[in-house]
Amino acid sequence: MRFWQVLLLVIVLVAWHFASQDRNFAFFFGQPVGVAKVIWAWFVTNADIYRHLGVTLTETVLAFVIGTVAGLAFGLWLGLSRGASALLDPYITAANSMPRVILAPIFGMWFGLGIWSKVALAVTLVFFIVFFNVYQGVREVSTTLLDNARMLGANRKQLLRHVYIPSATSWVFSSLHTSVGLAFVGAVVGEYLGSASGVGYLILQAEGTLDVNTVFAGIVVLTLFALLLDGLVTVVEDRLLSWKPRAGETEKI
Amino acid sequence: MPEAALLLENITCTFASNDGGKVGYTAVKNASLAIAPGEFVSVVGPTGCGKSTLLNVGAGLLAPSSGQVKVFGKPLHGVNHRAGYMFQGEALMPWRSALSNVTAGLEFAGVPAAQAQEQGREWLKRVGLGGFENRYPHQMSGGMRKRAMLAQTLIRDPDVILMDEPFSALDVQTRQLMENEVLDLWMAKRKAVLFITHDLDEAIAMSDRVVVLSAGPATHPIGEFDIDLPRPRDVAEVRTNPRFVELHKAIWDVLREEVLKGYAQQKRA
Repeated sequence: MRFWQVLLLVIVLVAWHFASQDRNFAFFFGQPVGVAKVIWAWFVTNADIYRHLGVTLTETVLAFVIGTVAGLAFGLWLGLSRGASALLDPYITAANSMPRVILAPIFGMWFGLGIWSKVALAVTLVFFIVFFNVYQGVREVSTTLLDNARMLGANRKQLLRHVYIPSATSWVFSSLHTSVGLAFVGAVVGEYLGSASGVGYLILQAEGTLDVNTVFAGIVVLTLFALLLDGLVTVVEDRLLSWKPRAGETEKI
Repeated sequence: MPEAALLLENITCTFASNDGGKVGYTAVKNASLAIAPGEFVSVVGPTGCGKSTLLNVGAGLLAPSSGQVKVFGKPLHGVNHRAGYMFQGEALMPWRSALSNVTAGLEFAGVPAAQAQEQGREWLKRVGLGGFENRYPHQMSGGMRKRAMLAQTLIRDPDVILMDEPFSALDVQTRQLMENEVLDLWMAKRKAVLFITHDLDEAIAMSDRVVVLSAGPATHPIGEFDIDLPRPRDVAEVRTNPRFVELHKAIWDVLREEVLKGYAQQKRA
């Protein structure tokens, strides 16, 4: 299968290459060779992308960590406190339905044009994903499990640590793939809307000069790093959720 | 008479109805039940008659609408910490291995890890799960999970053991093996047991006393039978004992009517 997947990529690239021999096409869609040259220059000859990539990744990681921790804490709190969740329910729904990208200019005013306005935007994206998953997870913890832990002598703190959190963790992980992607999106969109560094800024600059090859190069680099982050999440997930049955795994008795 | 290990006095449980109406559902009404220390009592009754409700009251997981629970003479408030509860459903924590599930109760009580692990291994061996310490629940069969749950409950050495149809999900052979194992463990320790089941054979084969509950709603005990079969018993062999057959007939005469009532009610609902 791997072979056919690679073959498909090669076919698309070759088709793109030949189609882009046409000047008009190349103007709008770029040229694969040109894109490769830009990437090569970024990473090797000029080596000037590392600073921008570093900024974007820092923003992503910060947003991811802050958003996940806040979502986890808030989700646990609201999941366990009926009163608070009843009170805040409509506001949470409203905050979640709001198109949050619109907040970018406000965050720009609050946090300046440095990395924190981008982090803030990305956090708003990550937070709700994690929050809703944890909230759901806490609500749906099996009552038998809870009763059993209580009968085994668990106090409130132990219930939280040994039942609620592990149970919520499996829900968080199902959301981490989405949220790591969204942290990245938040960071890049934030940069795109106003900044002086980062990959989003590079793309914006290139668009300003109608440099399609550089735009595509930026997209390729972003995609590769998004895949990398996703892979990292999978590794961590496998390590932490080894107790979970996998589909199709035979049970050795 | 020595103080009962678990005493339920005039327990009534009324649940608020879902639609917010004034008329709640009274599952249990004026039910009283006493279990002496070391006594094995089974409660049988038609399905859906509130057996589990009664057990949850005894465990302190459910506060009765009226009536009182006493544990060794002391009124019960909150969870009954002298009781161990073996649930009907899956109660093992899926993110913990067999060993760390079994030692959970000790861990909650603050027993040092090394000591807890040693006891845990011992208990796993005792229930026939030696060598399966690192299996996660999803890697074990239904019977193995029940054994682990049994070890998890008994490792805390509770003075009262509550069991809610613990073997109803098992096949007949595994079930008889488990019943004998429970009897052996019980004979060694002689704790008070409140055993809920819908299987009359199981109830008679295992208990000192069988209590029959009426059909719900407003369930209450309507008959009590002392089981004077000799111990130690083998649950498979004891069934052929003529006294077993006699007792079975006597209890079934009482139970049958309730089962029919319960069945008719469910059909109407």
